[in-house]
Amino acid sequence: MDIFIQQVVSGLATGGIYASLALALVMIYQATDVVNFAQGEMAMFSTYLAWSMLQAGLPYWVTFLATVAIAFVGGLMIERIVIRPVENAPILTIVIVTLGLLVIFNSVAGWIYSYIQKPFPSPFPAKPIRIGNIVFGAHDLGAIGITLLVLMLLFAFFRFTTLGLAMRAAAQNPVSSRLCGIRVSWMLALGWGLAAAFGAIAGMMVAPVVFLDPNMMGGIQLYAFAAATVGGFSSPQGAVIGGLLVGVTENLVGTYVSFIGTELKLTVALAMIIIVLLVKPTGLFGRTVVRRV
Amino acid sequence: MATKTGPVEKMERVETGTAVAARAALTARPIGLIVLAVVLAVSVSLPFFMSGFRLFQFTQVLIYAIALLGLNMLTGYNGQFSLGHGAFYGIGAYTTAIMIDRWDIGYGWTIIAAGILCLIVGFLFGRPALRLEGLYLALATFSLALAVPQILKYFEHWTGGSQGIVLSKPKAPFGLHLTEDQWLYYLTLGVAILLFGLAWNLLRGRVGRAIVAIRDNHIAAEAMGIDNSLYKSVVFGVSAAYTGIAGALSAIAIAFVAPDSFNVFLSITLLTGIVIGGFATISGAIYGALFIQFVPNWAQDISKAAPWAIFGIFLIVFMYVMPRGIAGFLHLLWIRLTTPAVPREQGR
Repeated sequence: MDIFIQQVVSGLATGGIYASLALALVMIYQATDVVNFAQGEMAMFSTYLAWSMLQAGLPYWVTFLATVAIAFVGGLMIERIVIRPVENAPILTIVIVTLGLLVIFNSVAGWIYSYIQKPFPSPFPAKPIRIGNIVFGAHDLGAIGITLLVLMLLFAFFRFTTLGLAMRAAAQNPVSSRLCGIRVSWMLALGWGLAAAFGAIAGMMVAPVVFLDPNMMGGIQLYAFAAATVGGFSSPQGAVIGGLLVGVTENLVGTYVSFIGTELKLTVALAMIIIVLLVKPTGLFGRTVVRRV
Repeated sequence: MATKTGPVEKMERVETGTAVAARAALTARPIGLIVLAVVLAVSVSLPFFMSGFRLFQFTQVLIYAIALLGLNMLTGYNGQFSLGHGAFYGIGAYTTAIMIDRWDIGYGWTIIAAGILCLIVGFLFGRPALRLEGLYLALATFSLALAVPQILKYFEHWTGGSQGIVLSKPKAPFGLHLTEDQWLYYLTLGVAILLFGLAWNLLRGRVGRAIVAIRDNHIAAEAMGIDNSLYKSVVFGVSAAYTGIAGALSAIAIAFVAPDSFNVFLSITLLTGIVIGGFATISGAIYGALFIQFVPNWAQDISKAAPWAIFGIFLIVFMYVMPRGIAGFLHLLWIRLTTPAVPREQGR
């Protein structure tokens, strides 16, 4: 039982990271009907920037905030410069452009920082926290806390601010929003910026666990896809719940299903994606889109 | 937004596309044949001009061309995304490697077996994928590409784990006086010509029109009596078979397979190939293959990471300025040069 609880908690911790990245994916999807395949690599790159700042001697939380800010501006600029010219192009075109971004970020990171793994510090104490027989990593708990905090901020932003309302409106009905005076195109860019900022947080939370290297986000992005698919690409809450579900499932399956172990973890995510897409393509919380023929 | 503008754009594209193609076909026929003959002559005589590594590179170009043709059938002609064709390439390669290494079967047979196996796997993957449209199919195939190296490592007993399987290069049969590289080149060339011929034959006729019709408007296609689900899954199977055969040939040519060579970047490489070569063109497979074989080689001199940066930049830039790839560009150039009085919107 102790093992079970422990696995669930550490599953929630990784799940929180998947949730942040999944949320980033969903935000862009909602605003623009695009899945950003470069999301994970953008996060990885932001984490490298954070690493550079830490190397330069900046304190952790200053670095943290600076990285989030840089990622936000970076995401905004990528939308304006790279994505905007193909805004109305067929989906395949946009997918290819984001794949292009994926390889560019991956290789530029490799070019600048080399492919050697680097340790990345955690802001939380290394000493594990003990409750009864169960040991929690402080970083795990911290990661869950930060994810929840960010989610609440995001919820408040969308629910209580005019800008958040404008963004939701722009995503839901671009034409009417434009008539109301909302600069729809800029709202999309803002969505990209926020998504990049989320990715950066996810990257900084996951780097202490998996070590920093240009390919660190490959598997995590797959899990984020799985999380977004399980929760439904059209639902932010779904993405969060999906992320936690995927994280816990991954850990429990890894622990209790012996032939899977740690070696087939990615395959579990693949299976989850395919099963959800087949059984309920809109995900658990997604709405069915009815289209006129 | 995309759904509203999509169909209109597509219809325009089809109209101008067919009109342009019909006109071009009339003028291009004799010249096209000459070009084809020259290309064939050059490719047959290539082994007499170069040898060793350089020739091996051209063998690899032919292999990529086969894989790209397969992917292009699916993505270019049929409009189904696949970001995971590296998986089928890997399955083909491993089929060959395991059959040669474990069961000592002649490599010729293993190529056929790889093709058939990938046909079946592709068909089976295509069946559920029918329910997935656009983005979701891209996601599913992308996840397949991410998961494949791990699956290959897991079945260590068969695949030799991360160590992979080492093979030996086959000698030329029938007492031909060819080096191993030359023989491999001719073998690949033979397979490539056969497969290109088959693809050309398949795509130019009724079946080809049905495949394209499904891409452009699947509801209209259904109304015309085309069995969408059958066509889509068969195209998926055939496409996987082409890519699998390419993988099998690459296993023989490189004489080595390892799980990490079939990672997600291979799938992106293949996608880059068809983007650069040109969607929904047969000749595009060759331009794309030349690009993905030689450009990384040159770029490697700059930095280990440079090839990918260049791939990425080309992917994005081509989407902006040449969405129909090199083949589309050449086609356009040809039309501009031969028919001076083309109205602006048709020439586009």
